[in-house]
Amino acid sequence: MEKHIMGATRRDMLLAGMAGLGAALIKIEPAAATPESMKKAIRQVVGEATVRTGRVTIDVPTLVENGNTVALAIEVESPMTKENYVKAIHVFNEKNPLPNVISAHLGPRAGRARISTRFRLADTQTIVAVAELSDGSFWSASADVIVTLAACLESLD
Amino acid sequence: MMSTQTRWVGEAKRAHHRGAGRVGMALRAFAHPTIVLLALCAPLLATEIPLDQRRSGYEDLGRDSKAMEDDDTANPATFWVLDGETIWNQKAGTANKSCADCHGDAAQSMKGVAARYPAFDERLGRPVDLEERINLERRDRQNAAPFKFESHDLLALTAYLGRQSRGMPIAEATDPRLKPFIARGRALFEQREGQINMSCAECHDDNWGRKLAGNIVPQAHPTGYPIYRLEWQSLGSLQRRLRNCIVGMRAESYEFGSPEFVALELFLMQRARGMTIETPGVRP
Amino acid sequence: MARALINVPQKVKSGQVIEIKTLISHIMETGFRHDNVGKPIPRNIITTFVARYNGEEIFRADLFPAIAANPFLSFHTVATESGTIEFEWTGDNGFHETGSAKITVE
Repeated sequence: MEKHIMGATRRDMLLAGMAGLGAALIKIEPAAATPESMKKAIRQVVGEATVRTGRVTIDVPTLVENGNTVALAIEVESPMTKENYVKAIHVFNEKNPLPNVISAHLGPRAGRARISTRFRLADTQTIVAVAELSDGSFWSASADVIVTLAACLESLD
Repeated sequence: MMSTQTRWVGEAKRAHHRGAGRVGMALRAFAHPTIVLLALCAPLLATEIPLDQRRSGYEDLGRDSKAMEDDDTANPATFWVLDGETIWNQKAGTANKSCADCHGDAAQSMKGVAARYPAFDERLGRPVDLEERINLERRDRQNAAPFKFESHDLLALTAYLGRQSRGMPIAEATDPRLKPFIARGRALFEQREGQINMSCAECHDDNWGRKLAGNIVPQAHPTGYPIYRLEWQSLGSLQRRLRNCIVGMRAESYEFGSPEFVALELFLMQRARGMTIETPGVRP
Repeated sequence: MARALINVPQKVKSGQVIEIKTLISHIMETGFRHDNVGKPIPRNIITTFVARYNGEEIFRADLFPAIAANPFLSFHTVATESGTIEFEWTGDNGFHETGSAKITVE
């Protein structure tokens, strides 16, 4: 019978689906990052230094296609020579459960201070990128990103 | 922006049969006042989107998602394709045979196959989709247990096979035995269902190109399946995607492998006939 | 099972700045989700990525749960000499994966 070929009853499939797909899951809201915890996380990286605005460009869509996978690129203006280069790029967010997204460590061998990745955004929020330069200075930029829920989901939980 | 006048007339008839009646029509009238007016003088036209206006969901992707689909090394779906190649060459079941033992190099033997599935199965007397075909082969030729729906291995194989049809047009179903199943698929596509009494056609025939919750409503052509869906952060089948939509419509989904899903897959592929296979695609 | 995809230009001119793209298969379970009976799902992520060019570190990244599944990472480096660029991913539950690509610099 066809049912055997497919190998499961509907209920088995739903349960298997939930375990295997891992998508029909209940999200119990943990303590989310807040603008305060984001500031704290930034402080942890920069210490007492002043963070100046500029030199950093955030390339992220203003309205994301899907908050579960968002393309992100950060570029920092720098000659990237042995005397003057970007040491690190740190990305932070306001409303995910944790304020940190990624910390990238570069050096003069990079040639170009540009990184890209894909990340998750729990909600509409501001993200901040902080660049640490070889002279000890910190520069930052921020971007506001709008996140909506998808219309078509695995379940209504 | 296309809105087909026949849609309204067709649904008025169906609404009557299903007893959805006045509530459904009132909701629809509220949502689409322009269509109500058109309905009063609606001639009967084909509901199909003409080939030159057919548009893949790829066209609506953002720059980075397009780049993800265009570059195999940046598309996580490639992991499944590579695993599919491994499975293709692995001996399985008590017959201890691999797919390759009978079918040889998939790049040759499987070229065009995904582009003409679902296909009619003589013995079963009905269409089967690629997933079911794989499981039938496993049972009949390899003496192996079927793969579970949405399992990694089944997705890997369908991704690998689908990939062999990339760049090819979706084939027109000329087998006359498929006609009643295509019609069934069309009926399912057009029927209103669920708590908000919606049909697939309302969004995908009548309102494609418009926004729904921050996304553009696609025409819904299955040119890239199985797809890497950003929402899932994983690869998934057309049936899984259909289930998402039906749940999104607040209706009860069909089971994986059900005749309803196969009829819908068949209809959707025919609705998209002539369009180019992109498997494995990336979609939001 | 296939684990990592690496995109490095094969033949480049000395001094050229090249983009390296990497992709690794990983669920990146955040640790903030619960299953359908309320049980928390433990965190399971890649925490570190390192790239070395002929043995010298050229890029390093610390990843957090906010990084999407199947992490994609791209960065740049100056093509200095021919050789091998090696990649290493480490994470929770002893996760450890490596990859490498040859580069010819003329």
